[in-house]
Amino acid sequence: MPVALKQAGWWRALYGLVIGAAFGYGLVVALRAASGLPLIQTEQTGYPQLVVALITGPLGFLWGIGCFDYWLRWIAGGPTVPDDHADHGAKNWKDYFKVNTDHKVIGIQYMVLTFFFFLVGGLAAMGVRAELAQPGTQIVDPNTYNGLFSTHAAFMIFVFIIPMFAGIANYVLPLMIGAPDMAFPRLNALSFWLLPCAGALLMASYFAPGGTFDAGWTGYAPLSTGAPIGQSFFNLAVQFAGASSIATAINFLVTIVTMRAPGMNFWRMPLLVWANLSTSLLVVAATPFIAGVQFMVLFDRVLNTNFFEAAMGGDVISYQHIFWFYSHPAVYIMMLPGFGIISEVISTHARKPVFGYRLMALALIGIVVLSYSVWAHHMFVSGMSSWLRVPMMITTLLIAVPTGIKIFSWLGTLFKGKIHLQSTAMLFSLGFIFTFVIGGISGVMLGMVPLDIHVSDTYFVVAHIHFVLFGGSVFTIFAGLYHWFPKITGRMYDERLGRVHFWMTLAGMLGTFIPMHWIGLEGMPRRVADYSAEFAAWNLEITIASAILGLAQLVFVYNVVVSWKYGPKASANPWRANTIEWLVSSPPPVFNFDEIPRVVGGPYEFGVPGARHAILAGDDKATVEQPKPATVGSVGSST
Amino acid sequence: MTVLKLACATIVLTVVSTVLMLIPNWNGPAASTAAGPIDDLLTVTIVMSCFVFSLVMVALIYFVWRWRAKPGDLSDGEPIHGNTKLEIAWTLIPTIMVLFLGGYSWVVLDEIEGKEPDRMVVDVYSQQFQWSFDYREQDATSYELHVPVGRQVEFRMHALDVIHSFWVPEWRVKKDNVPGVTTHLFVTPNKTGSFQLICTELCGAGHGVMRAPVVVESQAAFEKWVRQQDSVPDRPADGKDV
Repeated sequence: MPVALKQAGWWRALYGLVIGAAFGYGLVVALRAASGLPLIQTEQTGYPQLVVALITGPLGFLWGIGCFDYWLRWIAGGPTVPDDHADHGAKNWKDYFKVNTDHKVIGIQYMVLTFFFFLVGGLAAMGVRAELAQPGTQIVDPNTYNGLFSTHAAFMIFVFIIPMFAGIANYVLPLMIGAPDMAFPRLNALSFWLLPCAGALLMASYFAPGGTFDAGWTGYAPLSTGAPIGQSFFNLAVQFAGASSIATAINFLVTIVTMRAPGMNFWRMPLLVWANLSTSLLVVAATPFIAGVQFMVLFDRVLNTNFFEAAMGGDVISYQHIFWFYSHPAVYIMMLPGFGIISEVISTHARKPVFGYRLMALALIGIVVLSYSVWAHHMFVSGMSSWLRVPMMITTLLIAVPTGIKIFSWLGTLFKGKIHLQSTAMLFSLGFIFTFVIGGISGVMLGMVPLDIHVSDTYFVVAHIHFVLFGGSVFTIFAGLYHWFPKITGRMYDERLGRVHFWMTLAGMLGTFIPMHWIGLEGMPRRVADYSAEFAAWNLEITIASAILGLAQLVFVYNVVVSWKYGPKASANPWRANTIEWLVSSPPPVFNFDEIPRVVGGPYEFGVPGARHAILAGDDKATVEQPKPATVGSVGSST
Repeated sequence: MTVLKLACATIVLTVVSTVLMLIPNWNGPAASTAAGPIDDLLTVTIVMSCFVFSLVMVALIYFVWRWRAKPGDLSDGEPIHGNTKLEIAWTLIPTIMVLFLGGYSWVVLDEIEGKEPDRMVVDVYSQQFQWSFDYREQDATSYELHVPVGRQVEFRMHALDVIHSFWVPEWRVKKDNVPGVTTHLFVTPNKTGSFQLICTELCGAGHGVMRAPVVVESQAAFEKWVRQQDSVPDRPADGKDV
């Protein structure tokens, strides 16, 4: 056996990819030969030899890179090497390109890779806006245009927002609960390495015969079942991204339930932990539905199963029910972790306990429960059973209540605080409240059946989703990245560039997405490469604003790259926060804690004299659990 | 006093934003009986939305301005952990507000979907990327949609390949055309004129140009037009659904 095949790494991954793909291809050809069929099938939806290779190739890659080594050795009954954790930590940049079981390394791998996909998805959006700058067809033909907006959404949703939150939590959450790592470090590594497979499939689809998938990220049947082979790349990319999500969610659930430091009962958990607990509850139960429905589409395409072929007794509308049974909870999968981040950032930078902490946690659980009963609000005009509309409308509108509780509680947290505005994380959090209220209001409008019937599938919907996914998710992602940047890199970022990034992003965001409400109400449908001349002026304005939005992200990239290398060294706790991750050095030691911390109080006891959230051995125990008499203006909380 | 000032600021901002938001005719020209109730619903929603938006903005801007930390101030804010009465209020009041909007929407929905006994039926066929219309009562077909003003039309909609969606913005109503299913849409046009039928469900490369002219005219003009259209020998035999 050549050395390259024994040693996990990129060479073996390359071999694994080629061998896996060749095996899949050969298997199909051999089975077809055995069945007396022509060896190669090139129907535009079929290409089974390619589809199977797209499954086996990435699996070969995952084997080669080393995700399965330990398990395979164990299954084969071979001697398993007791893990000496020698691979923990990353000594130089090359270590980030290896399978690593350290949650902090995996967290950075997640964040960097998903941010790369954010830029790829952003480029697709720039393409969309360039074509829409003027009515008529200028830059791309309608098929390419449909491919651009489909891949834009697929990149942003499946390999940016959802895994970016998983990456932030991967880094921060074990530290926050005082755990040495995630519960299942090897599964954690596999979860990460599934993502480049998903992203690579999405990118590779551009080179597929017939072009990339162009049925939208929603991939409604039967448009998707009859589309060229690019659609199969989407079906399979969702499998890899979904498997990654589910494995991570299980990991988070077990980690949160079993690995909290002594003293951290549920009512002492930071809200970021609550948020990821809620998100994981959504992911484990909802994500299998989109995996299933994309397999059904794939089977329709390759095996002629006719799940969604009306002429053969298939049921077209059932696709939408199954799809949205995942994809509406997915909206909260993309938002709840952000809620958690905002609570941490606002409380810390306003120097105030989170207002109504318990109700904040319960609101998260309320959203989880309600979000399973609202999916059909995406289908008010779909021709589904009409009685479903009113109950789904009521549950949809009721979700505004726990969401409103969160907004009001953040305002309550600001009340009588000491608000530090120089932090870019805080600016993004305050900006988030502004944009998310608008997104929430347009969400209530869309929930109301008669209004939705008018604006369904128009630019009003495009405006709404971008206010909640950009003004919501992306703003909270930036808040989180800025907030924990010192902890992760051990360096401070440049706040001046951060402010430039924030104000450009906010201005570009408002300029891009506010007018979309107006042209949508007036009658511009979504997903069109061409539109009537009456909307030309606003579309030009939107394109210009979106260019500002795009350029703003380059400021962020520059800031991160330069600060990571040359920024001033960060102290353990530059924001004087209370939660446990700030008790250890920046960046944290390889095994997080030399000694497991002990949790002695709530996570946000700002301004409470003598109060502490957690203590490490060596701290002065006398100052703990002995409330001092209140002294005015004491800097009681932080260490 | 501060509370009073903030309440005044909220009211002022609500009024100003409501006035500004109610000046444009957001939904554009109206041409069906459904448009009135839907536009009224939008107006009520805008007023309530302006109030919520103003409330949050006044609190956000005032709190941030009033309690911004001075440079070098390392002290903490007041350790206020919550306020049960306030938390109950901002749970219950929004609940009442959204339930009101839900109930109102339900009433509007029933109103715009009421069926008239003397309605005219038009079968709509959609395929990539073409609309066609079948007038069975009058034994005529066309690629243009003509309907008489003031009489309810029931569109029975059939998709021949993938999902399409039927939308005339001035009528405010929309319904998908679904392969294998006949969907129904009820519209009472109340204004004559020329409009455009727009496909609003992504259906492929020609989705953006899948349009059809719509003409709403007097009963007499409609009857004259429909007599000039071809009859269809190859209509499906069962005479009902495709």
